[in-house]
Amino acid sequence: MTRGPAITVVRPGLLTTVQDLGRWGSQALGVPVSGAMDTFAHRLANGLVGNDGDAATLEMTLLGPELRAERTLMAAVAGAEFALSVAGKPVAAHAPFIWPAGTSLRVGARRHGSRAYLAVSGGIDTPVVLGSRATHLVSRMGGVSGRALMSGDGLPVGVARRTVPVARAVSALPLTEPALVRVLLGPQDAWFSRPSIEALLNEEFRVSTASNRMGYRLEGPSLAAARSDEPISEPVPFGSIQVPTGGAPILLMADRQTAGGYPKIATVITADLPVAGQLGPGDRLRFAACTRAEARAALIARERELLRAMPEEVEA
Amino acid sequence: MSALLARPRLHHSGDSLVLVEFEARVAPEVNDRVVALADAIGQARVTGVRDVVPGYTSVGVHVDPLHFDAAALEQVVAHSWDVARPAGSQPRVVDVPVCYGGVHGPDLDAVAAYAGCTADDVVLRHSQQIYRVYLLGFLPGFAYLGTVDAAIAMPRRAAPRERVPGGSVGIAGLQTGVYPDESPGGWQLVGRTPWRMFAAERVAPAVLKAGDLVRFASLPHDQFDVHAGGPWP
Repeated sequence: MTRGPAITVVRPGLLTTVQDLGRWGSQALGVPVSGAMDTFAHRLANGLVGNDGDAATLEMTLLGPELRAERTLMAAVAGAEFALSVAGKPVAAHAPFIWPAGTSLRVGARRHGSRAYLAVSGGIDTPVVLGSRATHLVSRMGGVSGRALMSGDGLPVGVARRTVPVARAVSALPLTEPALVRVLLGPQDAWFSRPSIEALLNEEFRVSTASNRMGYRLEGPSLAAARSDEPISEPVPFGSIQVPTGGAPILLMADRQTAGGYPKIATVITADLPVAGQLGPGDRLRFAACTRAEARAALIARERELLRAMPEEVEA
Repeated sequence: MSALLARPRLHHSGDSLVLVEFEARVAPEVNDRVVALADAIGQARVTGVRDVVPGYTSVGVHVDPLHFDAAALEQVVAHSWDVARPAGSQPRVVDVPVCYGGVHGPDLDAVAAYAGCTADDVVLRHSQQIYRVYLLGFLPGFAYLGTVDAAIAMPRRAAPRERVPGGSVGIAGLQTGVYPDESPGGWQLVGRTPWRMFAAERVAPAVLKAGDLVRFASLPHDQFDVHAGGPWP
């Protein structure tokens, strides 16, 4: 397309990246998945402006950007609670709004949660790399030149597929303090002593400042493995809790590597990944074990919440 | 050989990854099964499978937990786990050119000192071996190759470098590999290939894939630019 950018970055915020639901299908080549840290909020924002859930949004972290619309756009912000204004007037999150050409959308400091998603009707239309627009910072892939947004960047926006969806205010996931994150034990829980498993499930952890989109280093009780050897490196999912020799666990997040060689004591269930995705440095969290049936029920409940926000996707 | 291998077991990592695990032994005959089974699972197009990833001794099957057809995956595994590569077919051998030592291999002398031999001996030992690609990981296109001649199997550097140039060839104990792109890294750098080991825009983005065999061919330094950006068709 020869059209100029639809959005210009005036100030980039602390860490604003283009994300979608991730670069699936290339992990055999060592390509990390990346994608939104909170896919629930990402899909919600997309649904509110009539996009498919996989359309690219802007993930905004802790301190949001200032962006200017070069043409009139329909937009929505979902996820963490940030101060939001268009042309100086406050706008509500979790509902679509008109963003007039020439005006600035200011996303201030977060009040609650860490990451919010800005969706625009038609989706952010940066180039597709291996099937995805997601930015992976370490390998400099996807998004805008594989990096976080900078002042002066121009962002193309795709053609809106649908007419204006039903405006409907919905809420984000309730975030508790400490956050409660459910896990399924394993795959290497047998490598850990009973006291380490009990510490994981009964004590509180804190997300350290040495955390990023690849993973959260967790401060709290030491989870020493009962064995001194290490498992053979194997593929790992989003939400895997691996424990290096020192006993300080790392929760693997969206930008994780494709494989990991530390013992993994437990794995966060898919339904609660968005809860983990809203955590930032200093935030507290607790883990609770659940059953596979509970994990499934929790995921179905989450999907129902999303469907309620996207009436046009409900099938008769 | 196949009779010695036990049927793999299915383990779960949370609700979005199924690990199909063969015996926990890093060996070509185990990894052959991993690669063949990963291919079979990929081709079976099981509902709800998002990604199939070969590891050293296991196949990682990433799934959408709401739509995943677990019974279908179990069937593919039951049917295909004992099928090695088609009879008569040989693994691909890839000859990767490397400029050893000098600016391209800043740790070559350290490896020689570790091994108690000359730098030329290290080059010979590194380039005589035929390596197997066990898996790709760490970064796009990064292939974990084994097995390095024990005499030159120097452990990682105590302090990783903040910047390793793309194409650098390193040793980490019994493993060797090529950094596809500039990144931080702690492997002992013995040389550098002019090839681009990964380029997302290519039809085959990664030069190497799991199951390939690799030989390193010593390339005179003045030939680096001739091969830059390769491999050329």
